[in-house]
Amino acid sequence: MSGAITETAVTIRVDGQEVAVPEGATILDACDAAGVETPTICYGPTLTPVNVCRLCVVELDGSRALVPSCSRPAEEGMVVHTDSERVRHSRKMVLEFLTTGVDVSQADELGQWAEHYGADPSRYVPGGETMDEPVRVQDNLYIRDYDKCVLCYRCVEACGDDAQHTYAISVAGRGFGARISAEFDVTLPESACVYCGNCVAVCPTNALQFKTEFDLRQADDWRPEDQTVTQTVCSYCGVGCNLELHVQDNQIVKCTSPDDHDVTSGNLCIKGRFGWNYV
Amino acid sequence: MIFLWGSNAREAHPIFFHHVLKGIDNGARMYCVDPRYTSSAQFSDVWVGIDVGTDIALANGIGREIIHAGLANQDFIAHSTQGFEAYAASVEPFTPEAVAAICGIPAEVVVEMAHAYATADKAQILWTLGITEHHNAVDNVLSLCNLALLTGHVGRWGSGLVPLRGQNNVQGGGDMGAIPNKFPGFASVDDPDHRARFEAAYGRELNPVPGLHLTLMFEAMEQGDLRALYVIGENPADSEADALHARAQLESLDILVVQDILMTRTAEMADVVLPASVAWAESEGTVTSSERRVQRVRPAVSPPGQARHDIDILCDMAEAMGDELGPRDPKAAWDELRSLSAMHGGMAWERLEAAGGLQWPCPDEDHPGSAFLHGWLWADDLEGRDPAPFSVLEHEGPTEELSEKFPLRLTTGRALDSYNTGVQSGQYDSPIRFAGLDMNTHDAAGLGIADGDRVRVCSPRGSVEMNARVVSSLPRGLAFTTLHHPELIDVNVLTNPEWDPKSGTAEFKAAAVRVELVVAPETAGASVG
Amino acid sequence: MPPRLRGHPLADLHFGDDQPTEAEQAAIDAIVPQANAASIVETERIVRGGRSRRHGLRHLLLPVLHSLQHEIGWISPGGLNGAAERLGVPPAEAYGVATFYELLRTADPGHRDDVVHVCVDPACALAGNNELRTTLDADGARVHDSPCLGQCERAPALFVQGVGRPDRVPADDNEEFQLPQAGDPGLRVLRRVGVVDPTSLESYREHGGYEALATAIEMGPDAVIAVISDSGLSGRGGAAFPTGIKWRAVADEPGADKHVVANCDESEPGTFKDRILCEQDPFAVIESMTIAGLATGASHGWIYIRGEYPRATARLESAIAQARASGLLGDDVAGSGQRFDIELRRGAGAYICGEETALFNSIEGFRGEPRNKPPFPTTHGLFSQPTAVNNPETLINALDIVIDGPDTYRSLGTERSPGTRLFCLSGRIGVPGLYEVPFGTPLGDLLDLAGGPVGSLAAVLLGGAAGVFVGPDSLDMPLTLEDTREASATLGSGVVTVFDDTVDMEAVVVRIAEFFRDESCGQCVPCRVGTQRQHEVLVELQGSDKPLTKQRSELIDDMALAMVDASICGLGHTAASAVRSALSLGLIGNSQ
Ligand SMILES: Cc1cc2nc3c(=O)[nH]c(=O)nc-3n(C[C@H](O)[C@H](O)[C@H](O)COP(=O)(O)O)c2cc1C
Ligand code: SF4
Ligand code: SF4
Ligand code: SF4
Ligand code: FES
Ligand code: FES
Repeated sequence: MSGAITETAVTIRVDGQEVAVPEGATILDACDAAGVETPTICYGPTLTPVNVCRLCVVELDGSRALVPSCSRPAEEGMVVHTDSERVRHSRKMVLEFLTTGVDVSQADELGQWAEHYGADPSRYVPGGETMDEPVRVQDNLYIRDYDKCVLCYRCVEACGDDAQHTYAISVAGRGFGARISAEFDVTLPESACVYCGNCVAVCPTNALQFKTEFDLRQADDWRPEDQTVTQTVCSYCGVGCNLELHVQDNQIVKCTSPDDHDVTSGNLCIKGRFGWNYV
Repeated sequence: MIFLWGSNAREAHPIFFHHVLKGIDNGARMYCVDPRYTSSAQFSDVWVGIDVGTDIALANGIGREIIHAGLANQDFIAHSTQGFEAYAASVEPFTPEAVAAICGIPAEVVVEMAHAYATADKAQILWTLGITEHHNAVDNVLSLCNLALLTGHVGRWGSGLVPLRGQNNVQGGGDMGAIPNKFPGFASVDDPDHRARFEAAYGRELNPVPGLHLTLMFEAMEQGDLRALYVIGENPADSEADALHARAQLESLDILVVQDILMTRTAEMADVVLPASVAWAESEGTVTSSERRVQRVRPAVSPPGQARHDIDILCDMAEAMGDELGPRDPKAAWDELRSLSAMHGGMAWERLEAAGGLQWPCPDEDHPGSAFLHGWLWADDLEGRDPAPFSVLEHEGPTEELSEKFPLRLTTGRALDSYNTGVQSGQYDSPIRFAGLDMNTHDAAGLGIADGDRVRVCSPRGSVEMNARVVSSLPRGLAFTTLHHPELIDVNVLTNPEWDPKSGTAEFKAAAVRVELVVAPETAGASVG
Repeated sequence: MPPRLRGHPLADLHFGDDQPTEAEQAAIDAIVPQANAASIVETERIVRGGRSRRHGLRHLLLPVLHSLQHEIGWISPGGLNGAAERLGVPPAEAYGVATFYELLRTADPGHRDDVVHVCVDPACALAGNNELRTTLDADGARVHDSPCLGQCERAPALFVQGVGRPDRVPADDNEEFQLPQAGDPGLRVLRRVGVVDPTSLESYREHGGYEALATAIEMGPDAVIAVISDSGLSGRGGAAFPTGIKWRAVADEPGADKHVVANCDESEPGTFKDRILCEQDPFAVIESMTIAGLATGASHGWIYIRGEYPRATARLESAIAQARASGLLGDDVAGSGQRFDIELRRGAGAYICGEETALFNSIEGFRGEPRNKPPFPTTHGLFSQPTAVNNPETLINALDIVIDGPDTYRSLGTERSPGTRLFCLSGRIGVPGLYEVPFGTPLGDLLDLAGGPVGSLAAVLLGGAAGVFVGPDSLDMPLTLEDTREASATLGSGVVTVFDDTVDMEAVVVRIAEFFRDESCGQCVPCRVGTQRQHEVLVELQGSDKPLTKQRSELIDDMALAMVDASICGLGHTAASAVRSALSLGLIGNSQ
């Protein structure tokens, strides 16, 4: 969002503070505008909100249940509470729920929020169900470690309608057994995947990871603190996608694209995403 | 409405195609004109599989139908164009039936496309090398421009003509004057006024004779007029059509200097190799995309070994020849450009730092850049310019006719995971890579070829072996391969060097070939045939 | 076989090498012939397709998958590819849809035998489903555990999913239908049930059928909606939303691309009323939908019927065909000049698809995942168009209201809960079955009407799994929306399951928790994980002789609150209610 306030602004109250946002903006946008930080998992600035994680819920006067701030459009006169007892409770529970079944060790933001809300995954019945999936290493470009998957649907959206339109993966199964999967769980090279890596780019938990990162982590040599990120332009076709090269020890270790660039919206194709190892 | 014409943007320009898809999701209809049923075609409402090299006939036929159906935009034609009468007369022979016969498609579809395009609220024509890699490339492009002029689908938000650039900085190279007859900003070498401006800035006299483009250089080599070649970041030994011939020319040079980031086949032939840094990841500078967007590239890693920045190599080279090119500083070079090229005038280095860059023309520092170019066509006074001319164009098929000896049409193209001759893209481990020949099911069956068989492809210039993949996405009589894997499949041994006098581009898209089954598998490689 | 359109093998609709067998292809052709495929190969040079075409076909995905499952016994990779290709649906998405439904199998069962579904929910557990299962197993039947099959009045229930043969419910074969209240003049909604010949339009007309439609056409849409609003009719599907307001909202939306959906997915454990209505009075469902269509200006009607209801499906299909043949459906409904027609869709084993927005996704060919509301169905429903969804019982009530006016309707029931209500009685009760009583009838009276509890009453489950347990002290509670709400109970879909003191209530409660765990769509975290963890806590508790600890009790409450507050849909909102009521009644968790 540009933050520019158009003529048709709506004013809402967030934790007692009045904020004006353009029509069509969400409650989350309004929270941002009010300087209130909101935890999110399934929300992505370039994706259509699916509002499934329910971490971003807020209390809205006049609504019986809490509402997901990431998808609910702000309407004139809304009164929203982001730090009420109920909000804190639901956020804490969502974080507890996620941390009981999923390996969130590489989901840094999630971990910070879990601490913030005092989530305590240890109070559940020992030996409960977990994701329990093997790491899928099926090629040299990226890996899938669904033990880390919180089923936020972001990869499915990026692979599908929101960007890539390839639809190589979907949610399969139901309930706690739901998993991200290609048809019949075929390997990625057998699937429709075209390796744009746009799913990797949006995954909030590192369940999808560059193979380079995975290998470095396996070797215990992944050092984000020693990495630089440089913005440049893809060397291949004439579209002019911007790249962010992540470099460790003078080696490119992964490649992303800025979300706020209106050519790419964070997306790349296989060449831009992975075609750099000759450097 | 979208015309995707001679472009497999889904694979060749994937992120651009994301924007096309947004349009389709929002309800745009797409017609895809392409000899192949490509992955782009899969998203189209109608795929129209014309014969290779019959684009002008189709465009003329569509134009004729638009005129006959009374769908031409008369006001626009009167106000903003010239040469309509001659154009209208020239397309008269291209009745739907005539076009159908030439292009190999049903006549009704010609009519349907004409109506769809002319009656659309907004319409765009997008094309790539399917239009330009022909001996009559420029004419092909002009034939599409005619359609836009006929309907007024140009120079307005949502309507226009969109050529897609194959390389990250072809646009930029042209803008910077890396064309034989132009200075930066498209000033003409042979125009004394233009030249004077550059002479003043550079403080010396400049050669008034335009240089040779690549294809002419090869002719000059053949005639012995050109004896020394300095190649910067190109791989003509693989990328030129009729590659065996091209390599022979390179061999015959007195001296070949190659400046490149990797050891290409051309570099292997060189007398001197100057290792360069990777422009987009190891040095400072700018590149310009298809939409005239100038953006910054920045060094993320330091160049390996003896590799040096292009700017340093060039300056050293000049110094060795006893000259000074100015400070070795990309920003200074850029400022020099801005002072000479009006359309870049407003693009201060600092402005380019911001994500997204700027689209030229951008004449002054307050100018936001230009999203589209031909808005002037709609201005009351045409901004003082001449009305846009229609072009009268003849249809000529591919120069190389099919014959009993060479009965199949071979066309070449690009695949999603690879890039040009594969110098860079060949280095990463793509799980979706395929190197081989795509053949129509019936053609393959007729030749006793099954999926995965090894075949020999012969053209009048040479023969190459590769694996066959049998698909139904090609019409009968057409075969396809990519040019990405010269180390495995030396495809340009086969392609036709016949080139377009107006652009210098060779007819990569249409060679006549014969395919035969190789019984005993041999190792891949080219042999003169 | 039609020419297989293989694009560049990297193309987006990428199909693996598996091809449909001839039988699979035939199963696909039966639903979507090649001529209607997503990609039409007109000639070798012209292919018509595109995204809008694909979108237009997507709603046939579930029917095609049903067809494959039915003919082959599972959905094989080749079959899935064939279906996906015919409809232009990406195979991964088709797989995502297929794996959503309990009746669709995506692993080779290794046989082509029918599958016998045995109900494991409370009424059937009380009626000896275990013994039944043992017998079936011994006979070599392919037995599959199933949630409530909607036949609780004739427990233990079976449903036979045919492979290459029609689906069957054995109990249908030897049943002469009779209502416990047969002949009672007080019956409204059930008036024709067991009396009319459900296979005959003529018989329906003889019993007053299609008088309401004629009246409605005469009255005009506004007046129809006005009487429905004045009557105070509220939804019988569980949420009790005022029907008049819903219809008005849809009527106020512009255009005719609007929908009326009869929600016959009935899967709330303990509910069987909609099956009986659809089987015994199918024309009433059709007629009332037609009235809703004319009143709201919707030209499309849909019946979404539970996949385990073969007889109801057949009768509704026949009723639709007869109505269409008589000009009561189609381009000019009964001379009204308005178009209304009905398509029937079968569910495939997913409780969640009864939730209205999940139902839309299911019809549209997507996974049956509920949508966040707002926007509401009345503006963004089926195919994102304005939609009125109603339960069949709600709809049938509209017939009498149109004919007799709102006052007659209001003469029964209470001020805030006017009219009558259907109740599904099962479990430890004298005469299980479907009953109709005026709102406000005390619970005890209803039980007495059904022959009284068997044994010593321990608890009654009101509203099904999504409802609450009440104890013997609630027999005086008048069955109205307002009284149940006050007692923190619910009428839900009219379930009344009766338990005596011999029943292992812990097992019942654990099963309810398991039901929610199994039936959660899995989309939102509070419900996907909450139902799982809730089940784990109860399993831990089950059979342990230790009393419920404070920590565990807190955890259950904490989870419940998050599910109620933060889940997307009613399933998550209600997943803890029966469990918590059981705890507070002391049915489980006490030192035993
Ligand atoms: C999990 C769940 C399952 C539901 N199942 C049904 C059902 O099977 N039949 C039904 O009529 N309503 C069901 N509903 C309620 C519907 O969402 C919707 O409210 C109802 O069909 C509206 O019709 P009514 O207003 O006539 O009651 C269900 C709701 C939820 C949350
Ligand atoms: S793999 Fe990552 S992006 Fe995909 S659903 Fe799981 S957590 Fe989300
Ligand atoms: S990422 Fe792909 S689409 Fe973008 S510039 Fe590079 S090659 Fe082109
Ligand atoms: S509450 Fe449960 S059933 Fe409803 S959307 Fe969420 S996960 Fe799905
Ligand atoms: S971020 Fe809003 S529901 Fe997930
Ligand atoms: S059919 Fe078994 S409980 Fe309903």
